Amino acid sequence: MKKQITLTVNGVKRELFVSPNELLLNVLRDQLGLTGAKYGCGIGECGSCTVLLDGEPSLACLTLAIAVDGSEVTTIEGLQSRDGKLHPLQDSFLEHGAVQCGFCTPGMILTGKVLLDENPRPTEEEIRAYIRGNLCRCTGYTQIVQAIQDASVKGKA
Amino acid sequence: MTRGSVENFESPAKGLKIIGKPIPRHDAWEKALGLTAYAADFSLPGMLHGKVLRSQYPSAKILSIDTSKADRLSGVRAVITAKDVPRNESVTRFGQTHTVGGGFEGLYRVLADKKVHYLGEAVALVAAETEEIAKKTLELIQVEYEPLPGVFDPIEAMKPDAPPVQEGRPNIITHYEVVKGDVEQGFADAEVIVENTYRVPFVDHAYLEPESGVGWIDESGVITIRVSTQVIEHFRGVADVLNLPHNRVRVMGTYVGGGFGGKEDITVEAFLALLTFKTGRPVKLTYTREESILSHSKRHPYVMSYKTGAKKDGRLTALKAQLVSDAGAYVYLSPWVLLYSMVDAAGPYRIPHVKVDGYTVLTNNTFTSANRGFGAPQVCFAYESQMDELAAQTGLAPHHVRMINYLEKGEALATGQVLDHHVGLKEATEKVLDALREGSPAAGKMKTGKGIASGMTSYGRMVFLHDTSRSHVSIEMDGSVTIRAGVQDIGGGQASSLCQITAEVLGVPLEDIKIYIADTALTPLAGTTTATRQLYMSGNATLIAAREVRKVLIKKAGEILGIDPVKLDLADREVIDKEGTGKGLSLKEVVRACASDGLPLYHVALFKAPFRNVAQFERIEGQVFPDFTFGTHGAQVAIDEETGQIHVLKLISSFDVGRAINRLSVEGQIEGGAIYAMGYALTEEVVLDKGVTRTPSFSEYLLPTSMDVPELTTLLIESGDGVGPFGAKGVGEPSVCSVAPAIANAVYDAIGVRIYDLPLTPEKIVKALKKVKDR
Repeated sequence: MKKQITLTVNGVKRELFVSPNELLLNVLRDQLGLTGAKYGCGIGECGSCTVLLDGEPSLACLTLAIAVDGSEVTTIEGLQSRDGKLHPLQDSFLEHGAVQCGFCTPGMILTGKVLLDENPRPTEEEIRAYIRGNLCRCTGYTQIVQAIQDASVKGKA
Repeated sequence: MTRGSVENFESPAKGLKIIGKPIPRHDAWEKALGLTAYAADFSLPGMLHGKVLRSQYPSAKILSIDTSKADRLSGVRAVITAKDVPRNESVTRFGQTHTVGGGFEGLYRVLADKKVHYLGEAVALVAAETEEIAKKTLELIQVEYEPLPGVFDPIEAMKPDAPPVQEGRPNIITHYEVVKGDVEQGFADAEVIVENTYRVPFVDHAYLEPESGVGWIDESGVITIRVSTQVIEHFRGVADVLNLPHNRVRVMGTYVGGGFGGKEDITVEAFLALLTFKTGRPVKLTYTREESILSHSKRHPYVMSYKTGAKKDGRLTALKAQLVSDAGAYVYLSPWVLLYSMVDAAGPYRIPHVKVDGYTVLTNNTFTSANRGFGAPQVCFAYESQMDELAAQTGLAPHHVRMINYLEKGEALATGQVLDHHVGLKEATEKVLDALREGSPAAGKMKTGKGIASGMTSYGRMVFLHDTSRSHVSIEMDGSVTIRAGVQDIGGGQASSLCQITAEVLGVPLEDIKIYIADTALTPLAGTTTATRQLYMSGNATLIAAREVRKVLIKKAGEILGIDPVKLDLADREVIDKEGTGKGLSLKEVVRACASDGLPLYHVALFKAPFRNVAQFERIEGQVFPDFTFGTHGAQVAIDEETGQIHVLKLISSFDVGRAINRLSVEGQIEGGAIYAMGYALTEEVVLDKGVTRTPSFSEYLLPTSMDVPELTTLLIESGDGVGPFGAKGVGEPSVCSVAPAIANAVYDAIGVRIYDLPLTPEKIVKALKKVKDR
């Protein structure tokens, strides 16, 4: 039996019909066409599916859509400003070469954004600790950590 | 945390405007915005969901398969077993168009038939209206197995009475040898001899994007597969499976969410083709992470016996090695990987007498194939551990033993291949030693140590493959530029570097370039994104194509301006007079003039690697590769002697990259490679227990996280003497080669204990320390 839920996704209210066992990741990807959040492991070990739920980084592959009825969801697609400008953290990822294959990038940027919202001047250690649940197989993390740190130093985020 | 700073660079070649700059890649914007449509991000109306039924046994007879219950389930549209596959068995190919022979083309079987040979082998395929129904269908397929004895150790599998893994063939796939001089004489000449056996494990690529694709039949009946792959030229193999002409199958490669060699073999392509062919409907198939770890190829485990001899002053006299690699249950790329190991087995050293024997052997383990480094990191762990053992035996410094033995340009490998291009090992090692000397991070009560290791890795495919690449460059009426090249971009900046090369040659900014990649129907074929070959091969093809377009433009501009074309240059969307007379034309004007004269505003170029045929493969001699990339890693570690935990404090990489086309990308490859290989050194191992995978998730298979990464330093050397465009060498795979032995050597330096088996787990450290104490 499908049930109706309401999610505010990237600022837009969406009425959705979901099965009780339907994952938020699949609702975003299959019903809303927001494919920025990725399936990487399905069991919360890689962070590729990270989205923001009421501002908190959350693993969409472990979240039942029905359980977050009424929440605000931000995906990578909602991060740039309405005039099409990149979020400063996105800019910083480009400048630092922090994007290689790009598969971890949406989750990594969203996690980094929340860190900077909570702690605008994190140390390198704090950055490393905060993003440790987001795996990256390409970069060795260094350019990612620098991108987040640089965005904070410049006060861009 | 430091990265290669500007001071570390010798200045890029003079006059280059875009090459060598650290600029964001053209594909980075879409990726940072989350817009890039990876394989699983694409859907079509009416699309079905595919699933694969896989063997639960590493070795078993298939007595029967009953699909009747599955067929009757509502919503099921196809159930396929081996009997339904038009051509279930053929040979493995990896994009090469030249038949090599010599045992290189192994058996390729789409679905298991009569027998399963490893756990996770595909037995049946299903397509259903939803993913849930597809999963349910798998449960309804009844396969009756009779378990058979298997063989799980390559040394056991070599014995004459071992059970045969594949019917009608011996378990030993290949034996190669490399012979130089008289190795026994070399040991007679030696004053110090070290002899050890090294073991390295199965490793997963662990790309974050699992294997995925969507297949459909287009309006003209062409089977079209949009897939995450390193080799779009599997389209031929897919057509062969369906008994279709090659031009009736089209493969479109997506931007790949990590490849590392694991998407070099065919993955979902043939399955999708079969399911879409049978149903007439679009089908999506994405592996689960567990399925990916269970079923796709692994890095080859090796058992390596090494005996190395030297004079008391450190000069090497002899090296004898035996390599045995575990191929798993199917041949795939095993003979090729072993051949790379053979060429590299003696390392980048001058050794008068060498004898190497190598075997690759079938077992009932998960099949093994390409993994970043392709046979080079395995032997590097052994030969570089040996170099430090020699240093310890002779009392010489580890770097000294290396420095006096490094090969130089003009000298030959043990195979006889002459190194025609720069060998930057001395510079690289000096840079690493300097960086290791700099202030060391504090390590408290832990014991610290430093180690170095050097390595060599080829770039470009083996010359007997007759490798080619094509690229098409055209300029539009408004001066914007289009590149079409069948390049797969696996995240290393493969497509973006072609844009940079073209922008440089045609004097336009990067944003004026649009590239279309990886489509077997519409982009000229550019070969595989493997073997660190794309910058070398497709970079050169693109350079030729762009230069041909440039020639047409400059010639026409010369005519219009009445200036000798040699005095003209293209820059900032203009044709300019280099002598500064102020005369010039906009690029747009020249393009229009060319178009109205009917001049070609495009060029499709073909670049050929050196070709060389090999009469026989048993003994490896002469040129095998176009060139090599050389480099040195340095590591500083701290070890907690109670827990055995190794903390890597510093990792330094120095490589002669020939020419950095994009500094950000080069550094990114080298840093990423260092951490990829740090996982190999410390934590990563696919544990197979009698053929059963015990590490099927990221909580058992441990990748380095952001918390594990030490201070990284990348020090580039730009000799300008590579065979790639602008003198570039490849770095993607070389970047991993010597990390593990550098760490192992640092561990030895810290606690005086050498570990001969990767990964260097705390358990092994504690055990080894206890052994020393008990002695």
